[in-house]
Amino acid sequence: MLDLVRVEKTFNPGTINQKQALGGISLHLEEGEFVTVIGGNGAGKSTMLNAIAGVWPIDSGVISIGGVNVTGLPEHRRAAFIGRVFQDPMMGTAPSMEIEENLALAYRRGRRRGLRWGVTKPERARYHEALASLGLGLEDRMTTKVGLLSGGQRQALTLLMAALQKPKLLLLDEHTAALDPATASKVLELSDRIVAENKLTTMMITHNMSDAIRHGTRLIMMNGGRIVLDISGKEKTRLTKADLLQKFAEAAGVQEETDRMLLS
Amino acid sequence: MDILAYFASLNPMNLASALPGNIAQGVIWGIMALGVYITFRLLDFADLTVDGSFATGGAVTVVLVLAGVPAPAALLAAVLAGMLAGLVTGLLHTLLGIPGILAGILTQISLWSVNLLILDGANKAVNVGKYALVVSLRNVGSSIVVALCIAAVLVVLLYWYFGTEQGSAIRATGCNPHMSKAQGINIDGMKVIALCVSNGLVALSGGLMSQYQGFADIKMGQGAIVIGLAAVIIGDVLGDALLSRHMNFLIRLVFVILGGVVYYLTVGLVVWLKMPTDLLKLLTAVIVAIFLAVPYLSAKAKNSFAAAGKRGVRKDA
Repeated sequence: MLDLVRVEKTFNPGTINQKQALGGISLHLEEGEFVTVIGGNGAGKSTMLNAIAGVWPIDSGVISIGGVNVTGLPEHRRAAFIGRVFQDPMMGTAPSMEIEENLALAYRRGRRRGLRWGVTKPERARYHEALASLGLGLEDRMTTKVGLLSGGQRQALTLLMAALQKPKLLLLDEHTAALDPATASKVLELSDRIVAENKLTTMMITHNMSDAIRHGTRLIMMNGGRIVLDISGKEKTRLTKADLLQKFAEAAGVQEETDRMLLS
Repeated sequence: MDILAYFASLNPMNLASALPGNIAQGVIWGIMALGVYITFRLLDFADLTVDGSFATGGAVTVVLVLAGVPAPAALLAAVLAGMLAGLVTGLLHTLLGIPGILAGILTQISLWSVNLLILDGANKAVNVGKYALVVSLRNVGSSIVVALCIAAVLVVLLYWYFGTEQGSAIRATGCNPHMSKAQGINIDGMKVIALCVSNGLVALSGGLMSQYQGFADIKMGQGAIVIGLAAVIIGDVLGDALLSRHMNFLIRLVFVILGGVVYYLTVGLVVWLKMPTDLLKLLTAVIVAIFLAVPYLSAKAKNSFAAAGKRGVRKDA
C-alpha cells in the first residue's frame, strides 16, 4: 500500500545547520498493516511521516501510495490518499467552525469542492452516527464550535475525520503525546478500533515503548534518519520492552547511553 | 459666550436633513465593508488592496458610463476590474511568496497609476441629468432603496457562497491552514478566490459611490480600508451587544452593512458639530483603535495579574 524507495532529505543543505534527516529510507507496507514507529528525538520519525504526507519535497527517492507515485504531488493533492492526526490537538481541526462543518470538510477530502451546499442532510445523519460511536456525547453538540472542545475530544474528532473518507494510509504523529495518560489511552483504544473497523494501513509514531509493542502488527525503530529495526508477526508479539532497549543499543551503537536515557 | 453661540449655531434641522444622505453613503460603504469582512475576518488576511480597488471601481464605472455603457453594466465591469486587482494581490502573495500586507500595498500603489490611466486625469464627473445612474445624491430616497436592495442581495449571496463546499474551504483556510492542507484544500487557490471576491465587492462599492457623488476621484479610496474595518468592527460590537448569542453568519453580514451606516451617521454628527473635517480620518482611526482594543482590554480586566495580586488568598479557603 505504501512504498518508500531510497528516500533522502537533508535540511539546510550547504549551511552549518545542514542535517541529513532521512538517509535513503526504503520501506514497504502491505495493505492493512499497522506499523508503530519509535526512535529518539531527531531520529527522523516525524520527518518520514512529513515526507509521505508531502509537507515538503524530498531530495531523492520515490514515494508511492497504493501504486500511485505521489513524489511530485503537493500536500493537498496527496491528502486524497492520506488521513492524518497530529501531535498538537489544535492542529487537526478548524476551531472557529462547527463540529459538523469540520466533518464535512474531511468528508470532501480528495474531491472537488464546488458550489454544492457544504453540509447536507444525509451527511448529518451519518456524522451523528459516527460521533455517537465515539461515546463522548459529541453527537448532541454537532453545531458546537470545535474550539470549545477539550484536547482529547479534538483528537478523537480528528481521528474520526481522518477515517471518514477511508484513506489508503493513516498517519498518526504522536497523536496522544499532548494528552493526559487516561485520555491518551482512550484515544489509543479508539485509534485501534477505527483502524480495525476500516482495515486501515497505518503508521503511528509513539514515544511510549509499551504502546509501540502493544499496538499494531509491525514495529519500526529509527535512528539517525535510517530504519534500524523492523519487526513483525510472531516476533513482534513476543517482544518485550527490555528486548527493545537492547536491540536499540545494538543498532544505535555509540549513541547507546544517551538514547537509552531518552527512550526509557 | 463663545460656547453658547456655538451651540446656538447648531441647527438640529441640518442634522436631520443630512440623515438620509448619510444613510445612503453608509449602506454603500457597508457593501465595501462586506469585502473587508471576507479578507479580515474569514481569511485572516489584512488586505490593503482595497484603497486602490475602491477607486478603480469608481474610475471604471464613470469612464464606461461616460462612454455610453448602461450604469448596471458599468458596475459589472467595475466588479471584474476589482476582482482582477484581487487576483494580482493573491498571485503576489501565493505565487511569489510576498507577505500578505506587502502584497496588498504593492497592488494598491500600482492601482494609483492604473486609476490615473483609466480616468485619464485625477478625476472625472458624470452628470446624473445626462446619464441614467443607479444611485445619485440628487435622489437620496431612491438611492437608499437601491443601495439597500443591492446590499440585501449581496448578503444573501455571500451567506449562500460561504455555506457551500468552496466557501467552507475558504473559511477553513483562514481558520487553520495546516488542517486545511491535510484535508486536501488548495489553500493558495482559496486565498486567491477570496481576494478576488473581496475586491470585486469593494470595486462595486466604489462604482456605486462614484455614481452617488457624481464623480470618480483618484483619491476616493484613500483610507477605505480603515472605514471598512470600522464598519466591520462596529457591526461586530453592535451585534454582540444587541443579540449576543443569537448571532449567526447571516446576521453578522447584516450587521456589517449596519456598521457602515452607523459609521457614516457618526461622520454626519462630526460634520454637524462643525468639527474640522480634516480631522475625520484621525477620528476614524481613533474609533477603530478603540473598538479593536475594547474586547482585548475587557478580557484583560477580567483576568489581570494586578487584580489577582490584590485578591490574595480567599477568605473562606
